[in-house]
Amino acid sequence: MRDTHHLPFLLGCLAALLLLPFVLQATGSSYLISTATRLVVFAIAAVSLDLLIGYTGLVSFGHAAFLGVGAYTVGILSFHAYEDTTLIGLPGTLSGLVAIPLALALSALAALIVGALSLRTRGVYFIMITLSFGQMLFFLFVSLEQYGGDDGMMMFEGRNRLPLLDLNDRISFYYFCLAWFVLFFWFCTWLVRSKFGRTLAAIKQNQDRLSSIGINAYWAKLQVFVIAGVGAGLAGALSANHTEFVSPALTHWTRSGDLMIVVILGGMGTLVGPVLGTFLFLLLEEFLPLILRGLGLGLLSEHWRFVFGPILILVVLYAKTGLYGLIFPRRG
Amino acid sequence: MSQLFLEQLLNGVQLGMFLFLVSAGLTLVFGFMNIINLAHGSLFMIGAYAMALIGGVTGSFLLALVLSLPVVACAAWVIEVVIIRRLHERDHLDQVLATFALILFINEGTTMLFGRVPLFMDVPASLSGTVTLPGGVTYPLYRVAIIGAGLAVALALWLIIARTRVGMQIRAGTTNRETVEQLGVNIDRLNTLIFVVGAMFAGLAGALAGPLTSVEVGMGENLLILCFVCVVIGGIGSVRGAMLGAITVGVVDTMGRAFVPDILGRFLDPATASGISAGLSSMSIYLLMVVVLVFRPTGLFPVARSV
Repeated sequence: MRDTHHLPFLLGCLAALLLLPFVLQATGSSYLISTATRLVVFAIAAVSLDLLIGYTGLVSFGHAAFLGVGAYTVGILSFHAYEDTTLIGLPGTLSGLVAIPLALALSALAALIVGALSLRTRGVYFIMITLSFGQMLFFLFVSLEQYGGDDGMMMFEGRNRLPLLDLNDRISFYYFCLAWFVLFFWFCTWLVRSKFGRTLAAIKQNQDRLSSIGINAYWAKLQVFVIAGVGAGLAGALSANHTEFVSPALTHWTRSGDLMIVVILGGMGTLVGPVLGTFLFLLLEEFLPLILRGLGLGLLSEHWRFVFGPILILVVLYAKTGLYGLIFPRRG
Repeated sequence: MSQLFLEQLLNGVQLGMFLFLVSAGLTLVFGFMNIINLAHGSLFMIGAYAMALIGGVTGSFLLALVLSLPVVACAAWVIEVVIIRRLHERDHLDQVLATFALILFINEGTTMLFGRVPLFMDVPASLSGTVTLPGGVTYPLYRVAIIGAGLAVALALWLIIARTRVGMQIRAGTTNRETVEQLGVNIDRLNTLIFVVGAMFAGLAGALAGPLTSVEVGMGENLLILCFVCVVIGGIGSVRGAMLGAITVGVVDTMGRAFVPDILGRFLDPATASGISAGLSSMSIYLLMVVVLVFRPTGLFPVARSV
């Protein structure tokens, strides 16, 4: 709800994101468009995770699983279109009008099943059971020999096809992802301000109180879990299209950890925070090795996580409001 | 068939012993300190590296085993004093993130020091034979020794927790920390003790695992997630539960890998069967956990906690 005060900031960011491809082209660094696309796609997943962690107090450690569901839906459909074979009697397709909605539907279904079972537990049990579901899906994807098993598979037919828009053009694809991001962000803003959003905030504070005023906390948690799962599935579907490659690594548990890191770095419990966190994370990933090399620490530049780990520990221990808290310090 | 069955059963129990050694520390640290420590698997890895390196230099299995435990204990002590101690009053999210960051640090540090090439070590000559068990099954002596070591640790742990003064304080502290503190027990010292001892169990498991697997970065995390399953099945905070969970997970996982392909192969064509069974057997323990949690959301042996 604090986000509402930052409308100028949000519009500024949107303008910057809209103009980014032009700036990058003008400065001759258009290779960074791919990084910008990653930022936008990853940010969708981070915002969706923050709905759970920051707004509802549900520490889900298996969020990357839904990235995988979205990505594999797009990948498998593309695979069957390329091979001209069928899966349970249905043909593959390259059409984004089919693949992306189906990816969203399947990640919703996966989140519904995982959520219905995991949300029976609380606290640390919830952390561990979501982690285990994440592993379960990871091993499921690894065991799909037909689709490349451990190594994953290339999408030989390229990105999904859409009428009027050529996704294989990287600038069009960037704007396509940006549109999804803006849509999802706007939806989340509406969601957290709605009555449902206040229910989530109440769950975070004390969910036992809710049942005494006649609100079914389990049902509300399941709804937000499915919404977050769809968000991650969307990010997965876009990511598969972006890299034209799908592999179990997308659902590895460290990927879920990375997503949590992003939310914390940016500042949880806000929608802007995870986006800032994604930006910072990608920035660190790209530039921390360079900075370390610049400082004459050549050995560390390859092993930048050796430096990143302690930084993260310090952030967790002493700077919980994250980047968001730095930019928008709370008065009082 | 029955010979193979018995052999796989023993393999399952032996995996269960590793899982128990790591889970015991995990569950004690959670039960007593209310801390979820993802970096517990790193202590397993440190144990394995210490064993492989010291063993490589000295050539003595026993010496390496004896020396690697203090190495792990020191590492655990530093981790406890520098980081874990600051996480007591924090929520689980902070603990997960801080210890996840610790994994990044330890793994990357280990890669820098020892590279990405796995280390290998041999089973010591004195333990390299096989034994013939009743029923005519021959089984590697080293694995029998591991099962024995696991059982010995379990017994010792049970005696300490059930029969000694420190054990009584641990049990009391798990139920209500504040009261125990009010009664004049130095909780901070007890915390450090539990953390270091738990770490040494994990380190012991790592050291013993050295000759059976390749010693490499990331070995701890794979095991750690299995241990989470054990702990969740058994009930967080319960050592008895960890034992039961560990044996169950070890046996189900091993048996699943050994027999699911055969069983499915009788109903399906070989290609489909091998595809499905690979997935099914690696997912089997997670399915098991889901079933347990659906019926018992706090595990099989929930620990009473008054907080």
